[in-house]
Amino acid sequence: MSVVLADLAYWQETTIRLLVGLVAVLLPAGTLVYLFLFKMMSFMQSRLGPMEAGPYGSLQLLAEVGKFLQKEDIVPQAADRLIFKLAPFVVLVSTFLLILVIPAGPDLWFIDVDTGIFLGLAVSSISVIGILMAGWASSSKYSLLGALRATGQLIAYELPMILAVVGVVIQAGTLNVQEIVMAQATGEIFGFGGIGSPYVITQFVGFLIFLIAVQAELTQPPFDMPVAESELVTGYLTEYSGIRFLMFFIGEFATAAIFSALAATLFLGGWYVPGLEATDNLFNVIGPIILLGKMLLVAFFIFWFRFTYPRFREDQLQQLAWKVLIPLSLVNIVITGVLKVVF
Amino acid sequence: MSDTADTKQMAYIAAQAADARVNLEIETEGMTLNIGPQHPATHGTLRIVVRLDGEQVISAEPLMGYMHRGYEKLTEVRTYPQVTTLVNRIDWLGSFANEVPFILAAEQLMEVEAPPRAQWIRTALFEMSRIANVVLFLGDMGVQLGAVTPVFFAFRDREFILNQIEAVTGGRFHPNFDRIGGLKDDLPKGWIDETRGVLKRIRNFCDEIETLVVGNEIFQSRTRNIGVIPADIGLSYGLSGANIRSSGVDWDIRRDGGAGLVHNELDWKVWTHPDGDSFARFWVRLQEVRESCTMIEQILDGIPSGPVMAKVPRIIKVPAGEAYVETENPLGVMGYYVISKGDLTPFRVKIRSASFNNVSITPWLLKGVYVPDVISILASLYFILGDIDR
Repeated sequence: MSVVLADLAYWQETTIRLLVGLVAVLLPAGTLVYLFLFKMMSFMQSRLGPMEAGPYGSLQLLAEVGKFLQKEDIVPQAADRLIFKLAPFVVLVSTFLLILVIPAGPDLWFIDVDTGIFLGLAVSSISVIGILMAGWASSSKYSLLGALRATGQLIAYELPMILAVVGVVIQAGTLNVQEIVMAQATGEIFGFGGIGSPYVITQFVGFLIFLIAVQAELTQPPFDMPVAESELVTGYLTEYSGIRFLMFFIGEFATAAIFSALAATLFLGGWYVPGLEATDNLFNVIGPIILLGKMLLVAFFIFWFRFTYPRFREDQLQQLAWKVLIPLSLVNIVITGVLKVVF
Repeated sequence: MSDTADTKQMAYIAAQAADARVNLEIETEGMTLNIGPQHPATHGTLRIVVRLDGEQVISAEPLMGYMHRGYEKLTEVRTYPQVTTLVNRIDWLGSFANEVPFILAAEQLMEVEAPPRAQWIRTALFEMSRIANVVLFLGDMGVQLGAVTPVFFAFRDREFILNQIEAVTGGRFHPNFDRIGGLKDDLPKGWIDETRGVLKRIRNFCDEIETLVVGNEIFQSRTRNIGVIPADIGLSYGLSGANIRSSGVDWDIRRDGGAGLVHNELDWKVWTHPDGDSFARFWVRLQEVRESCTMIEQILDGIPSGPVMAKVPRIIKVPAGEAYVETENPLGVMGYYVISKGDLTPFRVKIRSASFNNVSITPWLLKGVYVPDVISILASLYFILGDIDR
């Protein structure tokens, strides 16, 4: 994007960046909600899902958004008003910051920093603050329990996620996300360079850990204890309605889309497909579409688990993080490091 | 109280004492949480007041009565045939089964007996209402634990059973079909063959649940050793049905009592489980659905011909006397204690419904468990609000 925008004035560049950023967050989120939450879930549960709004219910999403916008924005009487109103936007901030580091083509990125993946994983934690704000300010016991559970869970699963990425970083030898993609595009596996070197093959354990950690970061089943609707009503979302609930909803699914895109970038080769030169200008056009396709593939797994599994108990999921995933990812790092030195 | 209970209680007291020492040091205050009356997990209006220390339950007390409809009193101003309309609504998922014990009690007082064909059809409908009821439990348990999908399968396949009940009785949920001295009508044409197909579907559903839910490791880790009820504790609280059978008590009124249904003439098995935990309760119910399918299949094969109604007077006056009849209903033992003074209406009816007793164990059972387990234990005890409050 920097090449495309090089000759424009600052305000023009900023406007275009804002619009592209909005599209990049909302479009994948909408795709996920319609494709997986509405349709795939329905088919798995032997029902049709939305069918009335548009062909096969494709406009249902707009109807839902319209419904949420019309609803009254209720603030509980005992709530901490400012913090209560601010919380959904704090959650969205991390989503919008996270999209910055994901490249969609050889010249398509928002910011190109040398510590890109470090930045991404750092800003993804901001949502914890928003959730804690929401739970505390709601002045509801269910919200408080949900927020505390969410905080514990997100902090616990941040670690295996980062440690899983460390394996990729060691193998690529860089923290720059664009260079990680390039390393996958130009790399070779045991001398065979036909398909590049997508790290899902060499870092398969890391990929699995990353997927599980993403599932937990998104508080989706089987890790949805914070919003467990059968016990905590909806956890920290309980008191929210109208547009603020919509913000949380967008945040949840946009984050799902972006984490899937991050997984696709780190492990599946990002915008690159074998058969073309990695520097080919064509990738600036088809790159976003390829990335969207890979993102949908990863998201498919996330949602598949979501609709299939019952949820872990809070102590069980903490055990999974601390006793299984973190040791496993540490072992993964050691092995990766040793192999990196050997080869 | 037995040794097991004693050691459990002692361990609990010791744990509490240790907690209390820690609490004194860091001074945390408990929190009272009202689960209900309106809460997603209680599917109705049950209110459970739990005292929490963090996520651990210190004490739990169920408060019932939000749905009391006064059926025992209402029966006193209804004639005997009219009562079935009322009692249908007690356990609304397996409603035909509610009519049976009352009708049997009235028959016992009047000293009439339904013709064989009526008894066989009655048993078939009785078991079908059990399937309609318990199939929903098998799906709902998943929902309570966060897996949304099984309940849709349950609703899908329950519909076929309800269709068959509707084909006979004309009512999906409230058949109101049982009469003193027999049944209102005979089976419709082609029903027997159709029902065989439906039973095949229910068996498929059971297999599906077995792989989707029972075989799931997360489900097992959430239910195994959770909410363990020792047999003696369960019996002392008056638990019945699958709840007590999953504690290893081999007690089933269908087999052990001669309740005027034809279960004795069928070849079937009472399933028990030694563990007494949430998983056992789920597993026993799953097997019972299969066993009900076996029973209905045998009934379809062996159903005798003949009338479906005995000779009873048009206006039913029940002679003075008392009768208590209980049957093994989907939720547990349900009994009616009917006192007649020789009028058109009962003088007094006492209804013993299973869920009331099944829920009464919760203060003992929920002590010391975590909040998520409260939900899974309540779901596995399987109560229906109408059955608690009547």
